[in-house]
Amino acid sequence: MQERVQISDEQINRELLSGVLHTPLWFWGLVLLLGAVAGVGVIAAGFLVYFGVGVLGLNRPVFWGFLITNFVFWVGISHAGVMISAILRLTQAEWRRPVTRAAEVLTIFALSTAALFPLIHTGRPWRALYWVFPYDFSRGIWPNVRSPLIWDPSAIFTYLTGTILFVFIALVPDLGMVRDRTTGWRHKLYSVLSLGWEGNPRQWRLQAVAGILLSALILPVFVSVHSIVSWDFGMAVAVETWHATVFAPYFVIGAVHSGVSAVVTMMALLLWIFKLKNYIRPDHFDALGRLLVVVATAWLYFYVLDFFFGMYALEPQEIANRTLIMFQWPMSFMFVLFALASYFIPIPLWLSRKNRRNITLMFWSSILVNIGMWMERFQIIVPGLMRKEPFTFTWGGYAPTVVELAMVTGSFALVGLGLLIFSKFFPLIPAWEQKEGQLLQDEVQVGRAKVPGLVHE
Amino acid sequence: MAKRTALGLYKDAHAAAAAVENLKQGRFTDQDIDILSGTPYPEGAFGEHHIGHKLFVFPFIGAACGFSVGLLLTAGTQLSYPMVTGGKPILSVPPMAIIMYEGTMLGAILFTILGILFESRLPRVRKSVYDARITEGYVGIRVACDAQRFDAALNALKQAGADDVKFDTQPGAATA
Repeated sequence: MQERVQISDEQINRELLSGVLHTPLWFWGLVLLLGAVAGVGVIAAGFLVYFGVGVLGLNRPVFWGFLITNFVFWVGISHAGVMISAILRLTQAEWRRPVTRAAEVLTIFALSTAALFPLIHTGRPWRALYWVFPYDFSRGIWPNVRSPLIWDPSAIFTYLTGTILFVFIALVPDLGMVRDRTTGWRHKLYSVLSLGWEGNPRQWRLQAVAGILLSALILPVFVSVHSIVSWDFGMAVAVETWHATVFAPYFVIGAVHSGVSAVVTMMALLLWIFKLKNYIRPDHFDALGRLLVVVATAWLYFYVLDFFFGMYALEPQEIANRTLIMFQWPMSFMFVLFALASYFIPIPLWLSRKNRRNITLMFWSSILVNIGMWMERFQIIVPGLMRKEPFTFTWGGYAPTVVELAMVTGSFALVGLGLLIFSKFFPLIPAWEQKEGQLLQDEVQVGRAKVPGLVHE
Repeated sequence: MAKRTALGLYKDAHAAAAAVENLKQGRFTDQDIDILSGTPYPEGAFGEHHIGHKLFVFPFIGAACGFSVGLLLTAGTQLSYPMVTGGKPILSVPPMAIIMYEGTMLGAILFTILGILFESRLPRVRKSVYDARITEGYVGIRVACDAQRFDAALNALKQAGADDVKFDTQPGAATA
């Protein structure tokens, strides 16, 4: 971390609040575009609800397809945010400052979108509610707590609630700042949201303690959520290729891999769209790239572990599943794409410091990772079901329909739209944290060199 | 006796610290003085006293509540529909542990948030003298005192080199 830019508080306010206080024309264009794509997804969901699950490409024995794959994918994306934010806060990493909020907000929208998919997938979402919430007193029907499908909502609810509150608490000082710069109804709104924040020593002290305490509390939740999502599969005895103890750490690390890559994508977009070159610098991409090399390699290790233990016993279903994935078209093509996209193209690229500091390259390679990781989730879920049964005549196939494709595409637009609307109301980079960073930084003379130094309590 | 409030604004943190020192020399207590800033300064930067809090108690209370709710929910739903499957016990402990864990964490987080708000004395409904320049880099030193000591407070703020001094227009009233 050698690059430092000296910025005044006034400039920080002006630059970081410009998205909140002014609405450029492109904003509305982008909202319309994303809204239209998300709208198509909503129409597709309506189509599914009206006509039933027959409009999906599901059939015996493949009852989980694109929608559940997409659910796992978005839960994975949601993991980066809080992971990055919480770990960087706990370790007081200086480069966290511009990254944390955007990453946390990505968590909120990714997780909310993820939570929609299992419900939509049932075809009758309203009938699924009593599976989750114990409200059916009249019939005495309660959630079956023995099912991982019930653990999922409890974990997601905890994680989503925790993340929203985590974001809100860190947002309060900035809400006070926006309140001071707005008039009319917006001033009233931000006055309420900022809870009368004034920035006295007590409030700042509690803000600092809250960051650390909430980080420490949310990290175990973060680990539990994707573990529990993995148990949707790992606890299923009927699908042998899923029934593996390695699934929980494998899913968690995979989630971190795809999630941190998504943060890289988002940081690049933030930099380009909002022109935040004073805050998001090549240093940040360098640091995230180094983190990703470690995370991706750990993820590959778990992938190989899963493969190795699966093949060691030479169980027929396991062999059939791996043969399908690796040697039969089109799964084999997808397998090659997945391997290249999620590891073998980006990681060698990221080993070079020059590449890690090339923001355009980081942007496209991080997108590549997520294309690969989406396919990874698909290859875990669908081939396992296609080769679930012991007899070849009971094997099945799966091809997604337009309805599924529309909903999956719509989910990407929905998350983008959520982030965009959030950026209209709240600064995506925490201004007070930037100011704190400016306050604590100084230049230290070491020999003939001047190096940036930081003071910490 | 009616209270009056004054707010000195300082571009320079040293001047703000000097203002606090002046006020303390003028026998204003920590309770009378409030330091407002748009940036978290290191503790003690303005000579303020250490701020104690009991935030760490809140997550434990929340965790206990969350655990209890999780236990009640999981045990209650299984016991109220006692269907024996495969001769196994009605209460299945491993799944209960998972939901109780989530309940515990949720309770801990919720109570921590309540604790943060409580210990930060938020939400703050009563308005006092304030200036938007505080979130632009100025440090505000606000002093609330009896009307008869108000002039002394103003002098202390001005002597330290305040860029601007604001005060309530009449005893008990506040300006934003």
